[in-house]
Amino acid sequence: MSVDQKMDSSRRTLLVATSAAGGVAAVATAVPFVASLTPSDRAKAAGAPVEANIAQLAPGEMMTVEWRGKPVWILRRTPEMLESLDKTDPLVADPESRQPQQPDYATNKHRSINPEYLIAVGICTHLGCSPSERFRTGAASGVSDDWPGGFFCPCHGSFFDLAGRVYRSMPAPTNLEVPPHKYLTDATILVGEDDKA
Amino acid sequence: MTTKSQALLNWIDARFPLTSTYKAHLSEYYAPKNFNFWYFFGSLALLVLVIQIVTGIFLVMHYKPDTSLNSSGVSLAFASVEYIMREVPGGWLIRYLHSTGASAFFIVVYLHMFRAMIYGSYRKPRELLWIFGCLLFLVLMAEAFMGYLLPWGQMSFWGAQVIINLFSAIPIIGEDLSTVIRGDFVIGDATLNRFFALHVIAVPLVLLGLVVAHIIALHEVGSNNPDGVEIKKKKDANGIPLDGIPFHPYYTVKDIVGVGVFLFFFSAVVFFAPEFFGFFLEFNNFIPSDPLKTPPHIAPVWYFTPFYSILRAVTYPLFGLDAKFWGVVAMGAAVVILFFLPWLDRSPAKSIRYRGPIFKIALAIFVISFFILGYLGVLPATPGRTVVAQICSVLYFAFFLLMPWYSKIDKCKPEPERVTFK
Repeated sequence: MSVDQKMDSSRRTLLVATSAAGGVAAVATAVPFVASLTPSDRAKAAGAPVEANIAQLAPGEMMTVEWRGKPVWILRRTPEMLESLDKTDPLVADPESRQPQQPDYATNKHRSINPEYLIAVGICTHLGCSPSERFRTGAASGVSDDWPGGFFCPCHGSFFDLAGRVYRSMPAPTNLEVPPHKYLTDATILVGEDDKA
Repeated sequence: MTTKSQALLNWIDARFPLTSTYKAHLSEYYAPKNFNFWYFFGSLALLVLVIQIVTGIFLVMHYKPDTSLNSSGVSLAFASVEYIMREVPGGWLIRYLHSTGASAFFIVVYLHMFRAMIYGSYRKPRELLWIFGCLLFLVLMAEAFMGYLLPWGQMSFWGAQVIINLFSAIPIIGEDLSTVIRGDFVIGDATLNRFFALHVIAVPLVLLGLVVAHIIALHEVGSNNPDGVEIKKKKDANGIPLDGIPFHPYYTVKDIVGVGVFLFFFSAVVFFAPEFFGFFLEFNNFIPSDPLKTPPHIAPVWYFTPFYSILRAVTYPLFGLDAKFWGVVAMGAAVVILFFLPWLDRSPAKSIRYRGPIFKIALAIFVISFFILGYLGVLPATPGRTVVAQICSVLYFAFFLLMPWYSKIDKCKPEPERVTFK
């Protein structure tokens, strides 16, 4: 275009500056809208610890409490169940719990403070389904003839042992999470808080 | 026309392009005269969209996106759906029209897309038309996914749990991204409310905009036809395609027949099998959502199952990223690859009528793989089924990725000069 020769460069600068200012304003306006999508203060505050009374829990039984909208399992393991962890040691992906899926006080073979009680978040580390219990051993479990007892996630087929340790070559990448917890008395557990904090 | 009404029309036309728009898109939009059965599904998709919007508006008048519990311990969202079903006069019908409409939408759209594949409707100059269509498919999937959360049943909750957790597989930003999608650290009231807002306002607006773009693009380039030849190449003295007939009244009247037959089947499902054996409404979704207990078997609704199978078929980690991430990538790629179809196809002929045996075999394998993937997606995974899903996933992608070669060497028959018409 022949108009180019007579281009007023100060007008052009003004034009670019105006467009840039408009663009910055548009981006800045988007900030509160995007921020509103993140968890609200109420959602962040939710997460109070929950108390669980385990006095009525018989050996081999499991109870579930809700903590932060997630199921937390409390399993009272029988001596046979604890023995099964020796059998699963070579079968699981992370037998020594090297992945930080538990507090330090649960970084041991039975993944708990008291070997008898397993406290774990009942959410599969794959895509968040809640695994179901497969406590019966052997052929009666419907899993395999030498099944030592554990958990099975129905969504994508991950197997876990009775310490929430994931078997090798499963969709789930890590062991089940052990939440922070402490014993208030011998018969009450506080899930969501420990003495570290 | 009387002079008075003519005068009114003239008055309007001087201020708004009414007559010219009517002519451009209906009475003087020339469509090929050889349309067959496969050409019903575009107008049917529009019909289903209208059904969904109208029934949706009426459902919103009674539905409550609220997870708080009522005096019976059931969430208000779940209870309000049951209220619509049992106590709102005609509510059951409106809801079944909406739930059946969702599945009908995908049936119609899948057939519409298959039509484009067999007659080469995505080929030049219809690439943008095809891309708008692929975007519509993508947006429709988002719309269906968000709508499925609203009844707040077990499948709503756990289906959303699995799909949103997929995003957390993305390295670095994944965890934060899935938290932003949920609006909370777990799926809850925030998630339900934002999905409701997106399902009833944001996504339908995008959908309508894309439908308009799709139709404008179609009317710019003109419809393809079962012979895959351009009718615009042969015009009469007035510039009207020799093989074209005005969309109105010819195809509007033809489409009435299609609508009649469609509504016959649609009503049969709505009135006699609204759950459609657990495929349109899954039985587990009649149980209120329970964040502590996953149903023993969860599967997506049927229209997502082929892509869900591809997701599950990826079981190998690669480049230090786990299998979950690559499964998400494969599932996304299975949809995205559709966009590239116009540039993957190098065949001299557009329509399957004149294409060679290699394309016909490839298409048959593709369709069979797609059906098997869909079937496997509703079943629990076993090692044997995973292998079948892996084979079918490879075949699915091979259809697209090998197309530049096999479509080129294929022996095509010569295309006719004019459309064939009995």
